[in-house]
Amino acid sequence: MNQSNNNTTAIDFKALLKESGIAALVALGLAIVLVGFKTVDTPTGMDITTRWVWVVVAVASVFVGRLAFAVRRESKASRAPVHVDMKAKENRAAIIVNRFSTIGGPLFIGFALVLPFMPFADRYVVDVATYVLIYVMLGWGLNIVVGLAGLLDLGYVAFYAVGAYSYALFAAYFDLSFWVCLPLAGLCAAGFGVLLGFPVLRLRGDYLAIVTLGFGEIIRVILLNWYEFTGGPDGLSGIPRPSFFGLELKRTAAEGEQTFHQFFNLDYSTMHRLIFLYYLILILALLTNFFTIRIRKMPIGRAWEALREDEIACRSLGINPTNTKLTAFALGAMFAGFAGSFFATRQAFISPESFTFIESAVILAIVVLGGMGSQVGVAIAAVLLIGGTELFRGLEEFRMLAFGGLMVAIMVWKPRGLLAHREPTIKLHPNGAPPPIKQAATEGGVK
Amino acid sequence: MKEVSTTPPELVIPSGADPLLTVEHLTMRFGGLVAIDDVSFSAGKGEITAIIGPNGAGKTTLFNCITGFYTPTVGRLTLTARGEEYLLERMDGFRIAQKAHVARTFQNIRLFSEMSVLENLIVAQHNELMRASGFTVTGLFGLGGYRKKEKEAADLARYWLDKVNLTHLADINAGNLPYGDQRRLEIARAMCIKPTILCLDEPAAGLNPKESSELNKLLIYIKDEHDIGLLLIEHDMSVVMEISDHVVVLDYGSKISDGTPLYVRSDPNVIRAYLGEDEDEALPPEVAADIAKDFDPENREGV
Repeated sequence: MNQSNNNTTAIDFKALLKESGIAALVALGLAIVLVGFKTVDTPTGMDITTRWVWVVVAVASVFVGRLAFAVRRESKASRAPVHVDMKAKENRAAIIVNRFSTIGGPLFIGFALVLPFMPFADRYVVDVATYVLIYVMLGWGLNIVVGLAGLLDLGYVAFYAVGAYSYALFAAYFDLSFWVCLPLAGLCAAGFGVLLGFPVLRLRGDYLAIVTLGFGEIIRVILLNWYEFTGGPDGLSGIPRPSFFGLELKRTAAEGEQTFHQFFNLDYSTMHRLIFLYYLILILALLTNFFTIRIRKMPIGRAWEALREDEIACRSLGINPTNTKLTAFALGAMFAGFAGSFFATRQAFISPESFTFIESAVILAIVVLGGMGSQVGVAIAAVLLIGGTELFRGLEEFRMLAFGGLMVAIMVWKPRGLLAHREPTIKLHPNGAPPPIKQAATEGGVK
Repeated sequence: MKEVSTTPPELVIPSGADPLLTVEHLTMRFGGLVAIDDVSFSAGKGEITAIIGPNGAGKTTLFNCITGFYTPTVGRLTLTARGEEYLLERMDGFRIAQKAHVARTFQNIRLFSEMSVLENLIVAQHNELMRASGFTVTGLFGLGGYRKKEKEAADLARYWLDKVNLTHLADINAGNLPYGDQRRLEIARAMCIKPTILCLDEPAAGLNPKESSELNKLLIYIKDEHDIGLLLIEHDMSVVMEISDHVVVLDYGSKISDGTPLYVRSDPNVIRAYLGEDEDEALPPEVAADIAKDFDPENREGV
């Protein structure tokens, strides 16, 4: 530290100590209530015990952590050149992202394809991987709305719920199979996307977020209270499982039909169904991904991004903002609908409990932490956040703390998300730009 | 509306010979505030029509009415181009650009700054590309000649990039361009919608004299080669006097003068609006001298 002080301004340790002290004070206020007291069951009823040691540990770690963070920041600032080369920074980001998507992308997909046949892939691992993939798919779906079109949607879980309930209800009332219901659920969700889209066309940013938040709650409350139709808080159970090209994944088949293990001459195992579901969500997620990659290069995809950048300029170029926004809402919702009906068939039971606001927040966090608009980034963020919290299951009550800590760490380290670089959808010079033509001195570039 | 004083006939432009845009009795009120009060004029094809006036005269409001960002309170805006007649005051904002091909730029540049320079120009051709991609359905599967159309769109973009001398910067983000380049890119983007009339809101603002003279060349090139009308709001009198064929002067929402640059410069109404009516309202002498210098034809060559 001392060397760096010689040529530039010295680090003001007093200010840093003060800053850390204030952080520690805030931590103290929170820790006294949250950590300091614990209720315990005693034979005579409830009792409160105190845990002052833990309070001291919490406050001390906040103080030390904040101080270390601040010292690092200051020493970095005092050493940093005055002029930061943004171009070089952007190039470095581009190289990293390109490496990730050209090598990392196929590597991830390859790993995902062979995962169920790995020696360590037991029931639990495949189950968690399926769970993670649902969120990867939801993240990619929401990425269309938030990342590309720039419409901040806090009620995305509503479409997920619509998809899940439409499958469950179609199956219950009309006895339709999963494969018929999957597109229907997508259509239903897309319809609700348009329904939400209409009233919020004029809203932007925070205002839009509040309305979508309200919409998410409305759907949940309807599902909760329309007891005759949706089963209310009891939920819907006995949702049929999907079949593998007409082959049931059950121990015994219905009269005159074959099961999966009979057809392939395998011993019956419940793993078959889990692995089948895993591949199903993998295919659905990859479909979402390829769709998004492709539609980014379509005029509608470019119009979404343009709308995110400047709506007024879009109107001056003759782009219909209404249609453009509605298609973004509808397509984003459609993928949530697909994911929802998969969720329903996997769980075989759904209730409004599964579609609370926290789900929307987690999906949005995945998109933001991944780097808005970045497909690979979203996938990594989903694995980190959902898979990570599964890993931390051993921490029990501190699991959410780890979840929050992870989010803060990513945002401090990468404020614009893990992979925030955006590649142009079309290039004039795919092999690097030619040197500028020195015309300005003579003709000014005209004629 | 104030009466324009009697003028020598040879100095007034005979606009109406080939009118592209006709503005009749345009009035725009915001509550009690009258931003534009009964303004009528016409802009010809293959002509540069400059709209000048002191700050707050209603120039940008006029532009917003023409380009559909405001719906006028009273008045008719007729655009006659490519064998069609459009009544702009009856059209939705974005349809004016979509159907009547009225293009505009903005006083404070509005580019898609996180998108590349080339993408900015491709987005401008959205409606044509939308049709070519079968409203995304066929394009998504690579059917229906979308590839070919996209190539054509890139070629048009390339043409305009060459014209504004930005070809070597085509793949960097528009937001990373220097200010002068951003101004030129915005004009190129507006040209990519294949306009019938191009409305420029202070295109020379913030440009240095060299950039400003390049801009003049570009605008004259667009006028001559593409045979469209240009409508120009400008404060820089050297630009106005040098390139415009027709000048409309607004003050407090009313038209106070309309004619050739030569005529407008000597119109007592204009001089009064710019320099003040009497001593009490007069500008400080150094400002007045500055403005007078700007109007002086001998002086503008040096800029």
